[in-house]
Amino acid sequence: MKDFLIPFDGPGGTGLHDDRDMGTPAATSTSMVTLSIDGFEVTVPDGTSVMRASAELGIQVPKLCASDNMAAFGSCRLCVVEIEGRRGTPASCTTPVAEGMVVHTQTSKIKKLRKGVMELYISDHPLDCLTCGANGDCELQDMAGAVGLRDVRYTPGDNHYDPSGTGARSQAEARLRNPVGINNPQFIPKDDSNPYFTYDPSKCIVCSRCVRACEEVQGTFALTIEGRGFDSRVSAGTKLDDFMTSDCVSCGACVQACPTATLQEKSVIEIGTPDRAVVTTCAYCGVGCSFKAEMRGDELVRMTPYKHGKANRGHSCVKGRFAYGYAAHKDRILNPMIRDSIDQPWKKVSWDEAIGFAAKKMRGIQDQYGKKSIGVITSSRCTNEETYLVQKMARAVFGNNNTDTCARVCHSPTGYGLGQTYGTSAGTQDFDSVEDTDVVVVIGANPTDGHPVFASRLKKRLREGAKLIVVDPRRIDLVKSPHVAAAHHLALRPGTNVAIVTAMAHVIVTEGLYDEEFIRTRCDWEEFQDYVEFVAEDRHAPEAVEMLTGVPAEELRKAARLYATGGNGAIYYGLGVTEHSQGSTTVIGIANLAMLTGNIGRRGVGVNPLRGQNNVQGSCDMGSFPHELPGYRHVSGSEVREVFESLWNVKLDSEPGLRIPNMLDAAVDGTFKGLYCQGEDILQSDPDTKHVAAGLAAMDCVIVQDLFLNETANYAHVFLPGSTFLEKDGTFTNAERRINRVRKVMAPKNGYADWEVTQLLANAMGGGWTYTHPAQIMAEIAATTPSFANVSYELLEEKGSVQWPCNDASPEGTPLMHIDGFVRGRGRFIRTEYVATDEKTGPRFPLLLTTGRILSQYNVGAQTRRTENSRWHEEDVLEIHPHDAELRGVRDGDYVRLASRSGDTSLRALITDRVSPGVVYTTFHHPTTQANVITTDFSDWATNCPEYKVTAVQVSPSNGPSEWQQDYDAQAEQSRRILPAAE
Amino acid sequence: MSSRTTDEKLVYMANQIATFFESQAEGTRAERVAEHLRSFWEPRMRDRLFEMMDAGQAEALKPLARKGAEIWRAHGQAVPAHSEEE
Repeated sequence: MKDFLIPFDGPGGTGLHDDRDMGTPAATSTSMVTLSIDGFEVTVPDGTSVMRASAELGIQVPKLCASDNMAAFGSCRLCVVEIEGRRGTPASCTTPVAEGMVVHTQTSKIKKLRKGVMELYISDHPLDCLTCGANGDCELQDMAGAVGLRDVRYTPGDNHYDPSGTGARSQAEARLRNPVGINNPQFIPKDDSNPYFTYDPSKCIVCSRCVRACEEVQGTFALTIEGRGFDSRVSAGTKLDDFMTSDCVSCGACVQACPTATLQEKSVIEIGTPDRAVVTTCAYCGVGCSFKAEMRGDELVRMTPYKHGKANRGHSCVKGRFAYGYAAHKDRILNPMIRDSIDQPWKKVSWDEAIGFAAKKMRGIQDQYGKKSIGVITSSRCTNEETYLVQKMARAVFGNNNTDTCARVCHSPTGYGLGQTYGTSAGTQDFDSVEDTDVVVVIGANPTDGHPVFASRLKKRLREGAKLIVVDPRRIDLVKSPHVAAAHHLALRPGTNVAIVTAMAHVIVTEGLYDEEFIRTRCDWEEFQDYVEFVAEDRHAPEAVEMLTGVPAEELRKAARLYATGGNGAIYYGLGVTEHSQGSTTVIGIANLAMLTGNIGRRGVGVNPLRGQNNVQGSCDMGSFPHELPGYRHVSGSEVREVFESLWNVKLDSEPGLRIPNMLDAAVDGTFKGLYCQGEDILQSDPDTKHVAAGLAAMDCVIVQDLFLNETANYAHVFLPGSTFLEKDGTFTNAERRINRVRKVMAPKNGYADWEVTQLLANAMGGGWTYTHPAQIMAEIAATTPSFANVSYELLEEKGSVQWPCNDASPEGTPLMHIDGFVRGRGRFIRTEYVATDEKTGPRFPLLLTTGRILSQYNVGAQTRRTENSRWHEEDVLEIHPHDAELRGVRDGDYVRLASRSGDTSLRALITDRVSPGVVYTTFHHPTTQANVITTDFSDWATNCPEYKVTAVQVSPSNGPSEWQQDYDAQAEQSRRILPAAE
Repeated sequence: MSSRTTDEKLVYMANQIATFFESQAEGTRAERVAEHLRSFWEPRMRDRLFEMMDAGQAEALKPLARKGAEIWRAHGQAVPAHSEEE
């Protein structure tokens, strides 16, 4: 595509958004080298390739096998140049610059060589350019033009592209690969097994870019070059494999890398090439990848990772790259709907009627039950601006602090734990920091599935030699995958995180491995001494907790020593840490470990929560919690309230509001009667489904704003259609505190962006809001929230993204936190006593269930289940160890009943030793499974974050869906009826 | 366990908070329980806990939880509150 990119080139021609392929990666040396290329002088970092130096001058040396996101390979021979004083014609991609070097990129000798090389390539290429999917977006085509190739002199002979051609090579192989009727043994039919892209070997030039991208960028090593010489072919797995059955994770890096139509998006084949691109931010996980939404008219042709995206550095995963089809799915609801009670069918109405109905209901409830009888749930899938408005709705329009967000059920302990120890509720690093890490500790996270693009960056660092410690009950992929192996896997028993983290601290303290200078300089010494006294007690020794945790003491000691002494140590953690009754304590323990070892305040170290949803960080920042105004400031602070009171012209409540579980309890008790829920599906995602359903059913007015009739909508009285991330402007804040722009690439199919819908509802209830663009909302956020003081759309356009705090002290943002001191002043050590969960195994429920997610699906699956991603994961399955399965007479693929004290469901069993004996695991992506029927209402002591990761269960053979599942399906079907619109 | 009533949950939650602060250095444990309750509990939860305490329905409260709640009741908004950031 000839890019027409929004935003345009950076200010002052800085080339910020320059999307050219520079051929080879940028060198990082601070030593500079000056050379001459085609008579022009250029100064570049030492280690830069001649190809890249040329590109810096604007001279594009022809190339086919080079790309600036992978190491130079030097195979295509198209990029040859002449260098004065040197023999031959070296490849410019593999030749580093040298001081005083004089390079010529275009001489008669070079021109002849290049033309000859291109002629050979083209002699074995189907010249079907006019009907080819890559027509207009083909580097082979471009290079043929660049070198002036006008004819091919070779007589047609052996080739890879003509199915009827003749040849004498490897007849047996041809029979294996080819259907009957194809006579050319070198011809391999197109592989269209992958739902998103095709592999057409007849167009392959064997440049190895796809193979190298799979290795260097993605780190999966699914592709290889099979055969030698003329037999060389790209292969996914064995000869019998296709892309779908191979190890390919469909990240799209190979498609991105391919210079021809060999690997091509099916959407481009179907629609054609795009004619404009808009840079925006992915709406899936907390990595926050930047993408180009490539458009033709108002149709999205494809999403391609944006190379200047500072979170993803040009990489993507199967969700962000391909799973956007839900935006145009037939299930999407585009009309507002209302009903008086949930046993009635939905009635389609106008926006005016729906908003008026909702406003009247909510005000009526307040009149009858009091001001605090209604509340909101903000969405971590919506933008900062939208989230800000929803919490503002609660505080300024409803007149209470009943606002909560899905972070309640994922990373609220991160906010508490890091707030208590460091003084700020966020991770300490940027993702680039991992490039300087020597020891990586991954606790309770599964990055290859949950945060795949970061996982690729992490694996790259591990291949470079960094050491890995995994703390997880399951043998996640990172423990052992191609060219990556954990030095230590501490396969702990679910629920014993605090014991493990405290035992690691015990080793570090008792063996004298702590960084005393750092602690004396940066932390509260008295609190440290108290902590040392606590943690040094023998009962915290690895040997003392081994029986409890199931982790061999010596292994734990080795891991602790490695983290303390192995150089830059960085901890990355996820919901396996937070979703426990001691989630906040574990976060505190992790923060203690980093302070003990001085692993805070520089690149390569730190404490890094891997956020689940795209804008979990942002939704917390925006004041979604019931006790905090935007910027994590308690509602009881009169000075903070006054900032908002003067701006909003209302009196604000000074006491905390209800958290989500408290809202549901209050609903069951009859004191909470109305809920505005934007973009969340609490019935599927929150624990103890039956209790959630009872709470929702007890309310008089549930307003759901979403793309689809989700599970929560089964209990709703008003449905307000939502807009996708493609249909609105705004910002998301990712796990590294990076504020990224979301840009509207098409009009909202439902008629309004989500922030506009909130404004309509607020105004129907007397809000008097007058926003006309999200930039105005961001301006209000900046004006009221010190850590966002300098954030504006103008700054984001200029810088691409910024990380908060972004204010006068850090005008361009803060990539690394706590460099010179902690936000709270001195770092605070806090004792971390292990307290066993009250969710106990016993004779009735002898197994421990832990839950998680899978690469191809996202959260409750509302989006990804409506894409081809379901081809990889059609249903939730229960992972069970062979011993436990045999004991119960369960065979692989059998339906099993999974029962806990809360409820029971049925799903299929997957027998695997990935889980330890005594532990079972499942995902929660499919409503038909309703995994949260099983989970309990136990929660974190500090934040009420549910204990999803520990549920005592029993597994037994089953014939099919449980009674609950059947009842639920019937209720859902009844609830989703829609009456035709009135004439 | 889904069979717990809201009253049972309130006592359970208060006890969880007390359990954490029981492990901290002596001196201000009860005050810190009070601070935590005040920072995060909504008034109807607070009021119900006090009602239960007065009616003798909160016997399962740990001594430290009870003491923290009493401090909160005695000092109300004067108990310092904290956010995620301090």
